Amino acid sequence: MSIDDAVPIAESSRLGGAQSAGLVRPQVFTFAEPPNEMELECGQRLGPVTLAYETYGQLSPQRDNAVLIVHALSGDAHAAGWHSPDDKKPGWWDIVIGPGKPFDTNRYFVISSNIIGGCKGSTGPSSTNPRTGRPWGLAFPMVTISDMVRAQKALVEHLGVRRLLSLSGGSMGGFQVLEWAVRYPECVASAIPIATSARLSAQGIALNEVGRQAIMADPNWAGGDYYGREPPKAGLAIARMIGHITYLSDQQMHAKFGRRLQDRQSFGYDFKTEFQVESYLRYQGDSFVRRFDANSYLYISKSMDYFDLPARRGSLVQAFEGVRAEFLVISISSDWLYPTYQSKEIVKALKANLVPTTFVELQSDYGHDAFLLPNAQLNDAVSGFLANVLRRVRGGGHGGQGRANGA
Amino acid sequence: MSALRKRPTKLRLDYELIESLIPDGARVLDLGCGDGQLLADLIERKGCQGRGIEIDDKAVLECVQRGVPVYHGDMIEGLGFYRDAQFDVVILSQTLQQTMDPPKVIHEMLRVGRRAVISFPNFGHWWVRLQLLLSGRMPHNRLLPYHWYNTPNVHFCTVKDFREFCDRQDLRRVVEIFLTARFQRVTHILANWRAAIAIFQIERGRENMG
Repeated sequence: MSIDDAVPIAESSRLGGAQSAGLVRPQVFTFAEPPNEMELECGQRLGPVTLAYETYGQLSPQRDNAVLIVHALSGDAHAAGWHSPDDKKPGWWDIVIGPGKPFDTNRYFVISSNIIGGCKGSTGPSSTNPRTGRPWGLAFPMVTISDMVRAQKALVEHLGVRRLLSLSGGSMGGFQVLEWAVRYPECVASAIPIATSARLSAQGIALNEVGRQAIMADPNWAGGDYYGREPPKAGLAIARMIGHITYLSDQQMHAKFGRRLQDRQSFGYDFKTEFQVESYLRYQGDSFVRRFDANSYLYISKSMDYFDLPARRGSLVQAFEGVRAEFLVISISSDWLYPTYQSKEIVKALKANLVPTTFVELQSDYGHDAFLLPNAQLNDAVSGFLANVLRRVRGGGHGGQGRANGA
Repeated sequence: MSALRKRPTKLRLDYELIESLIPDGARVLDLGCGDGQLLADLIERKGCQGRGIEIDDKAVLECVQRGVPVYHGDMIEGLGFYRDAQFDVVILSQTLQQTMDPPKVIHEMLRVGRRAVISFPNFGHWWVRLQLLLSGRMPHNRLLPYHWYNTPNVHFCTVKDFREFCDRQDLRRVVEIFLTARFQRVTHILANWRAAIAIFQIERGRENMG
């Protein structure tokens, strides 16, 4: 996941703009203090657990307007607004979160949560292992999407929210959305999974594995014990470059770079960066290593590989049996990492369970990352859907739309 | 989306007639539901559980605005997502003639639903016949606003054709309603000449009406 650096920031979204969430404060919530550690899916225990989060807007007195935003592989809790007037960019999903935006902070209390296993303020492999006083490294227990969601549930409860009006996220964020809806059906009124799947495909696992191998083949990785020394920058940069290729589309790469050369008129017949697309990928790789921990990349990508909702109950239809939320499932026409057919599998299984489900395929050439870019279709779908959910939750209009006992 | 379904402002008589065929609280699927107006009304007024399928990008978003759960995509594919008898009524309003495989669509409608309500422009209408006869050109009017080269209508039929089709497929014609181009009701007498629009409610099984 990345925000394209070339996307201009709308005037209204700048700090002080009418549609900006404004200055926001990173926050943390710590729980599962020993001896009440969190029991992880892998069987190990983890505690204390710290989760980084941010909130935008106000929780209503009825506490019925909370919307949880969950992020993808390399994201963080900073989804909207600005941390300081000096920031170059707002939060990663600022295009849709703020006053008057689809996740309208005038109407909804938006919670943006980080994940455990990450390196953005939450407990992960780069955090200090309380037993040794040193960074965990590979001693950190394996965490799964379920573990991440169970930690988020503790956060949401801590914020005084019993039932989420909605939750949304793209890519791996979509995994968390589905996990929430299945694991806590009574706590989710609606769900908006975007550009995602009910299980990571073999292709997805394959691409993750190449990224992991690149990191682990870097001599600086040192079995994961590189903290305080030079980190495996080269390996992590390659992992990020591979990721970036999968987030774009063939059309978009052609449109953005074509075969154009970078800072030169003709071939140099050597192995220096020549093409613009090479230069772009190197830039993405290099800037990523400054802000992300290689071990977190390993852990989080592995948690994605393990995600498999259908396997849990025999089939996806059965996995969705208890679901009570209504759904807005969104796919992107040019996404080849999480192709539309994977969203349709989700839709099909929801429909088989008579879950009120809307499916929208965004027409975009931008590939997987399109959900991070301005898109009128996305805006209209999310804002319209949320407005109707809020109306229904508050008892207005549309009776009898709930899940029914089908024949 | 057919041109007929782009006018959300006022309920046309065929919408009202289709609505009148739907029992309160019914589970309804509308194929090619357009902007979702019919479903929104059924949900609002009759407490129905409404679901739609629509291929047009803009129309899908209008459904979302109305709070109508809609599937964005192909009709046959979307129908395939539902289990047998999941709906009480499946509606196909003014879209039959645009489907690539009408028998398949109707078969699927009666698989996922107990009844099907189908409305279509009657190609046997006297004006259509007269236009072709006298001008020698493809009929063109308010209900058939396209030219031969840009029409989405690939499978026109007449009232007579449709009745015959039902009989051959062992489909019971439970209700037949006929309307003029101005949405005024006409009787069954010479319906194939007089009706510009036909609405059929069909179910599985024989025993056709008169």
